[in-house]
Parts: sequence; C-alpha cells; structure tokens
Amino acid sequence: MTAISIPLLDVRGLAAQYGPTRVLHGIDFAVAEGGITTILGANGAGKTTTLRAVCNMIKTSGEVRLAGTRIDGQATETIVRQGVAHVPDGRGTFMNLSVEENLRVGAHVRRDRGEVGVDFERMYAHFPRLKERRRQQAGTLSGGEQQMLAVSRALMLRPRLLLLDEPSFGLAPLIVQQLFEILRAINQSEKIGMLLVEQNAAMALALADHAYLLETGRVVMSGTAETIRSDESVRRSYLGY
Amino acid sequence: MDLFLHQILSGLATGGIYASVALALVMIYQATHLVNFAQGEMAMFATYLAWALLQAGVPYWGAFAITVVSAFVLGVALERIVIRPVENSPILAVVIVFIALLVIFNSLAGWIFTYTIKPFPSPFPAAPLFGNSYVSSHELGSMAITLVVLLLLFAFFRFTPLGLAMRAAAQNPVSSRLVGIRVGWMLALGWGLAAAIGAIAGMMVAPTVFLEPNMMGGILLYAFAGALLGGIDSPGGAVLGGFIVGVLENVVGAYVGTELKLTVALAVIVGVLVVRPSGLFGKVHVTRV
Repeated sequence: MTAISIPLLDVRGLAAQYGPTRVLHGIDFAVAEGGITTILGANGAGKTTTLRAVCNMIKTSGEVRLAGTRIDGQATETIVRQGVAHVPDGRGTFMNLSVEENLRVGAHVRRDRGEVGVDFERMYAHFPRLKERRRQQAGTLSGGEQQMLAVSRALMLRPRLLLLDEPSFGLAPLIVQQLFEILRAINQSEKIGMLLVEQNAAMALALADHAYLLETGRVVMSGTAETIRSDESVRRSYLGY
Repeated sequence: MDLFLHQILSGLATGGIYASVALALVMIYQATHLVNFAQGEMAMFATYLAWALLQAGVPYWGAFAITVVSAFVLGVALERIVIRPVENSPILAVVIVFIALLVIFNSLAGWIFTYTIKPFPSPFPAAPLFGNSYVSSHELGSMAITLVVLLLLFAFFRFTPLGLAMRAAAQNPVSSRLVGIRVGWMLALGWGLAAAIGAIAGMMVAPTVFLEPNMMGGILLYAFAGALLGGIDSPGGAVLGGFIVGVLENVVGAYVGTELKLTVALAVIVGVLVVRPSGLFGKVHVTRV
C-alpha cells in the first residue's frame, strides 16, 4: 500500500451505545485525503452518533484511523488536537462568550498567532454577518448565525478533517447554498477532508464524492456520490423525485 | 459624619475580603453549579500554613507567596483527587464531599495547630497611613491587596488565552473538548485559583478576627450572601455584592447594634433576592432556541 492510498479517515466496525442501547452496529466507512464523504439517513439512523463516535464523545468500539494512525480510545480533546474539527449537533455555541471569543476559542490549540489573525479575517469574509456582530454575545445570535459561527469556529482549528453535523440545519435556503459553496471552496483550496452528515440529501450528494446510506445503525448502501444519486430507491426515498 | 465615613471605609476593607471569597465561590459555582462549602476552611487552613511559616522565621512576604502557591497546588490536587471521581454523581453526593472537606480541614487544623486563638501579624504598619483617623493601615493595605488581586484576575480571564479557555470550559464542557481544550485541567486550575484567592483573603482577615479553626465560618456566610446579592453567575456582580455586604454589615453594626448586624444584612439580601432572584447583576438567562 503506498502512502497516497491511505485514507484520511478510515473507520472499521464502529459500534456505539448510549447506556445499554446500541445505536451503531459496526459500520465501515472512509474519507479520502482531501475528499468529502457524506452519510445520509433518516432521523434516528445514527448519523449524529457516528460523528460522536469518531471523536470518542460516547462509548465506542471499533477501529478509527486518522491518516493511518489509530485514534480510537483517545480522549476527545486529544483527537481534536490532531486536526479533527467538529461542527456538532445543536451548534455547540458558547452562549456567554462574544462572537469573536467563540472564534478565538476555536483556535485554542494553535500557536501561530499571526496566522490566527488572518483566519479571523477569512471567517469574517465568508460570513460578513459574524463580523457585524463580533462584539455581541453569541447567545443572542439567530439560529442561522450560530450555525455560521459553529462552522467558522471549527475552521479556526485549521483542521485536516472537518466533521459536519447537519450544517444546513436552521439556515435559509439561500444561506445553505452559500455555505455549501464556501465548504466546497475550502475543501478545494485547503484540501480539508470532510465528513458530512445531512438531512438535505440533494445538497450533500452534490458536494460529496462518496456517500453512505445509514439505516438504524447499519450501512445499507455505499458508493460514489454519483452512484448513490442515480440509485432508484435513494432517489425516491431521500431525494424526492 | 466622621463615624459614618469610618464605617464605610472599614466596611469596604472587610467587603474586599468578602468579595474575594465570593469570587472564589463563583468560580467553582460556574464550573460545578454548586457552592463549595469548604472554601472558607481551605482558606483558614492556608492561613495556618502562613502562620507556621512565620513562626519558622520566614519573612512575611515570603510566607505570603509560599502560602498562595501551596494553596493553589492544594486546590488543584483536591479537584483532581477528590472532586473528579464524583464529577458525574448526583448533586447530593458532591454536596456531601464539600461538607466533608469542610469538616476535615476544620478538625485537621484543630488537631495540628490546636483550637487556641492565635494572633496573626499584619504586614502593614500599626500607625495609620497619612495620619488619617478614618482607616487603619491594615484596612487600607488589605483593601489595596484585594483590589490588585481582583484586577489581576479580571485581566487574566478577560485578556489571556488560558483565561478564555477556562471560561469556555466552565460554561460549555462538551464544546470545549471539541475545540481541544483539556476541560479537566481547566476545572482543576479553577480550583487552584479559587483556593489561592481564598488564602489571600484568609491572611488579610486573620489579623482582625484572629487565627482559629472557625475563623472563616462567618466570612463564608457573608461572602455567600455577597455572591447571591450580586448574582452567583456573575463574577463582577459577586465582587460588588461582597463589597456591599461588607459596608452594610459595618454601617448596621454601628447604627443599629452589633447583635442585629447579621440579621439586618441578611434581611436586606433576602429583600433584594425576592425582587431580583438572579441577584443585582446576575444574568437572567435568555437564549434563543
């Protein structure tokens, strides 16, 4: 196996449970270096759980490799420090911190002060709304603004891998378009790999190169985004045409 | 008028002590949502350490520094060894641990240093500064020290990356882990800082109330009242609340009588809380959903 073919994220037999309830039953998936993988599925299929399991926020078993190195079993913050950023379910806003402090916290583990400053401006360029409100308490932002903040905060880490839990949630359709364009641009210019969990299957399949279909904690279908998109049953159940 | 001014000034001096302890309480409260009942006894124990160092011939400021650092280390150790294991336990379990710490430190101090009341020196001259008749040098000095400590803490939390990480960890541990903050260590640091502030408050109050294992009991009560008055989730409010309680206590003690000062002070506080349950400066939590 040559270095090129080692995926950025390689997951095998990932299982997870909340208390005694098993939610994931051993799933396999991968994100290519600089690639975008999406995990689709209905409510309760285990999408959010999958992301939580990757960064060990819940009781998990299975193998997780980041660029070939095992990261399963490590503390969440240790995994994050290796370049895995997470836009969590519910946005994870620090309500009592200002917008700017939220971004600063996102860059907590970085030591390149100058570059962090540059990234502030980049985030504000992506989302001018955040710049207008940068002194405001983040808890006073609208849901959509908090979602932009969550994405920006994750990007402030300069991650190798970005985990996105329903980034379109709560955003107006026009903003969703913009957000996905920004994600595509960042993916192309900075080669950040992305693992995207989405209800909005059409948008997700348009952005991703690979897709997995999750049903009650099991992968029922996988392939290139192209293949999945053209699949008859997926089209009827998830794309609605 | 002179008497009134005098009462206000010495109220501000004791208020500074209450403010410091109130701030220590708030710091722990923000992370655990519980009041650390042992905060006062930890401060008392640290003050005994300072006393022992002074007895051994260490100069005052040397003993002061060693005590603050030791209290910090003790605070961190307590969090890691005693509090961490019960972190996710039901609230009552944690409350019991806090009360146990209170009793343990109290009896430990009595056992090691006996319950005999000891004088504790002030680092400030006995004669009043600038020949004024309103306020003693010790009151002025301890006021200055508490103000410096409070300002340093404010700057630390407001302007340093570590201070920001500590605030983040206290208010949203899950999100903090997701940006790589080592939440456990931040909470331990919070305990260390709170213990260090308490130690300074203990050393500043000991010359007035004299050193004995129960010396912080009343102070913890007033500090708690100050924290509640200002808003237990607002560090700035708690500090101001501490000062208000200090002044109130002194003025009431002078004009109404010493017997009633605790009663009147607490009655005022209850009155405020009835009107504003989250304290004078506490945030009424509004979140958009």
